[in-house]
Amino acid sequence: MPLEFEKPILELEKRIQELKETARTTGVDLEAEIRLLEERLARLKQEIYGNLTPWQRVQLARAPGRPTTLDVLAKAFQDFLELHGDRAFADDPAIVGGLAYLEGQKVVVVGHQKGRDTKENLQRNFGMPHPEGYRKAMRLMDLADRFGYPFISFIDTPGAYPGVSAEERGQAWVIAQSIQRMGRLRVPAIAVILGEGGSGGALAIGVANRVLILENAWYSVISPESCAAILWRDAKEAPKAAEALKLTAQDLLALGVVDAIVPEPEGGAHKDPDRAIQNVKEALLRTLEELKALSPEALYQDRYRRFRALGAYAES
Amino acid sequence: MALERLFRRKRPSGENRDVPELWTKCEACGAQLYKKEFKENLYVCPKCGHHHRMPAAERVAMLADPGTFQETTRLAPLDPLGFVDTKPYAERLQTYQKETGRKDAIVGGTCAIGGVPSVLLVMDYAFAGGSMGSVVGEEIARGVERAAEEGRALVIVAASGGARMQEAALSLMQMAKTVMSLDLLWAKRLPYVSVLTDPTTGGVTASFAALADVIFAEPGALIGFAGPRVIRQTIRQELPEGFQRAEFLLKHGMVDRVTDRRRLKAELVQALRHLHPGVPYAPGV
Repeated sequence: MPLEFEKPILELEKRIQELKETARTTGVDLEAEIRLLEERLARLKQEIYGNLTPWQRVQLARAPGRPTTLDVLAKAFQDFLELHGDRAFADDPAIVGGLAYLEGQKVVVVGHQKGRDTKENLQRNFGMPHPEGYRKAMRLMDLADRFGYPFISFIDTPGAYPGVSAEERGQAWVIAQSIQRMGRLRVPAIAVILGEGGSGGALAIGVANRVLILENAWYSVISPESCAAILWRDAKEAPKAAEALKLTAQDLLALGVVDAIVPEPEGGAHKDPDRAIQNVKEALLRTLEELKALSPEALYQDRYRRFRALGAYAES
Repeated sequence: MALERLFRRKRPSGENRDVPELWTKCEACGAQLYKKEFKENLYVCPKCGHHHRMPAAERVAMLADPGTFQETTRLAPLDPLGFVDTKPYAERLQTYQKETGRKDAIVGGTCAIGGVPSVLLVMDYAFAGGSMGSVVGEEIARGVERAAEEGRALVIVAASGGARMQEAALSLMQMAKTVMSLDLLWAKRLPYVSVLTDPTTGGVTASFAALADVIFAEPGALIGFAGPRVIRQTIRQELPEGFQRAEFLLKHGMVDRVTDRRRLKAELVQALRHLHPGVPYAPGV
């Protein structure tokens, strides 16, 4: 399904396709017209994709077909062994994790998992974890520490699930604990924001030495819709909220909330998922290399200082 | 008791009259309360026991031993994102500052609590709903650092709607900052006690407030991650009676004690004295 702002591009692509078809079937030479339209298409793409508004990026971050944690695990990692369950209550399908190799290097991986279609989305609760999901993540952090393997997390959630059962089982408590547990890792920790970085539910697995973000992903304290519903009293003002929240990769880099941006193919990661995943893999390898020299204690200190330094205030 | 004599049933909304300045009304049972006595009763309705929200300054006075509190909070907020919704954040900040006489949503400092040297931090719900932005996060981290350096216990009284939207991702990062800073207390074996008051939700519950060694909650306080409105919208059902109230949290194992405000200091002192390795055995002090 095309996004609203992409429609002019798709229409032009359709017209070019039709012309080509006509040329082929009738034998009429339409070479010049086609070339003209193709040049126009290139300009149009540049104009639209080169000037994405924050709200348009939010839509790209949610686009169907965008690589999910399991997609990245399948293509950028080798021999992924998924591990299930929190050893206390249940297995949460909204968070996946396990053991894998990254270019031969042993790693522990955790990530939010959205569905790739409606049916799977229902099963995965749209990537919104319950407390058991974060407990599973913490279990895997324990495992990473115990064996000294780097811990890699993929963030892609609208937020932790806001429901009765989640509250009964201490959603706030497990998020706090997961933040604490991840902060205490003595191994290299890298977080990659793949799509949506929705608030505490994202941060719970985002306390990394380096936080990477895909070009069109977003990360903030609240979704643009919820922010608009509260501050503008109208969820339809989400585009304005997206602007105000400074939630794009570029803005977050400037604020120091993320450390690097992973480029996406033109039009978003869903246009060429393999390319996007390759870019993620390269960024991960570079970042792991960078952290390799640090001792367990230095890794902890590095992470502590990274988060200790964030914020903007005036001494008085 | 005079208050009982003066107690009136809640009037139907149509015939509401202005209550004279000296008097106030219980939010829960509608009892007419003599303000001075109501304050002396720590904003707890003597009739029905309802715990009303309490101004941060009076909370400090209630918990710190008399004459020991030295304020250390001093940071002022900025507007790092240039955030504008229906009003600029900078303007909202000025309004809150004028209304509360405070720079941001937290007041704190060093004091003794039942003789135990402490750092006491109290969130102020009257300032932007007690929301946590950069200032609140930094003041908490500094409070923790001070406690660790000076061998003090840490007491945080939470009252907050959550992270502050107008500082967006920077507010979110305060959750990690405050949580990680607590490691300093762990390393020094210093106690951290949190008191959850009405309301404590969102990014404050889901960070430092939930990680104390001992957690007290005040009766009836709304405590949770998501707000009830959001949950109602998500599940499209009415919420169960008492959902997300302190007693519900106690039942589900999230807090240690639900304590009446009039007994809170005594129990807090007891917990601090039990925990602080520097305090000798002295039962019932």
